[in-house]
Amino acid sequence: MAQNNGEIRYLTPLAVEVKKKKYCRFLKNRIKYVDYKDPQFLKRFLNEQGKILPRRITGTSLKYQRKVAQAVKRARHLALLPYVTDLLK
Amino acid sequence: MINQYETVFIATPVLSEAQMKEAVDKFRKLITEHGELVHEEDWGLRKLAYPIQKKTTGFYHLFEFRAEGQFVNKLETEYRRDERIIRFLTFKMDKHAIAYSEKKRKMKNESNAKEE
Repeated sequence: MAQNNGEIRYLTPLAVEVKKKKYCRFLKNRIKYVDYKDPQFLKRFLNEQGKILPRRITGTSLKYQRKVAQAVKRARHLALLPYVTDLLK
Repeated sequence: MINQYETVFIATPVLSEAQMKEAVDKFRKLITEHGELVHEEDWGLRKLAYPIQKKTTGFYHLFEFRAEGQFVNKLETEYRRDERIIRFLTFKMDKHAIAYSEKKRKMKNESNAKEE
């Protein structure tokens, strides 16, 4: 019994999510400039509420994450993207 | 120092076509006086993502030009003074942005050429 206390027993085996290797799409297809004028492309970096997704989810490198954030803020200023919404996708 | 800039502005939808054209011509003349107009795009009437000054649509217009640095302040005071313009954004283009816009323009010309 003592041995069981330490070990937590699950009814169903824990589904270990296979680790998908995240990559930075800008480095992979050598995109150098994030255009703030086409909201379709920028929407991939926003969640449903229109908030910018963090790097750990999208996997983009720091340099391009800053460019994306700058482009999204410019698009929001020009009302191409909403600041906050409920269903964006 | 001559830099390349890109400016987008939104005009109120309540304008008639003529007033809209007159506003655009005013800014085009201002830009061509002080610098060199590289490219111009008219996106026309578009739906805004959120209402600005209680309006949900607006006329978008884009100018790409090469000019001195001080000119941008003058252009922006002109925007602020003109009450038809409800929002504007001026952006200094770095070399990647310039390459990107040239590539897009080339592709657009090719597609036009193919259509004719």
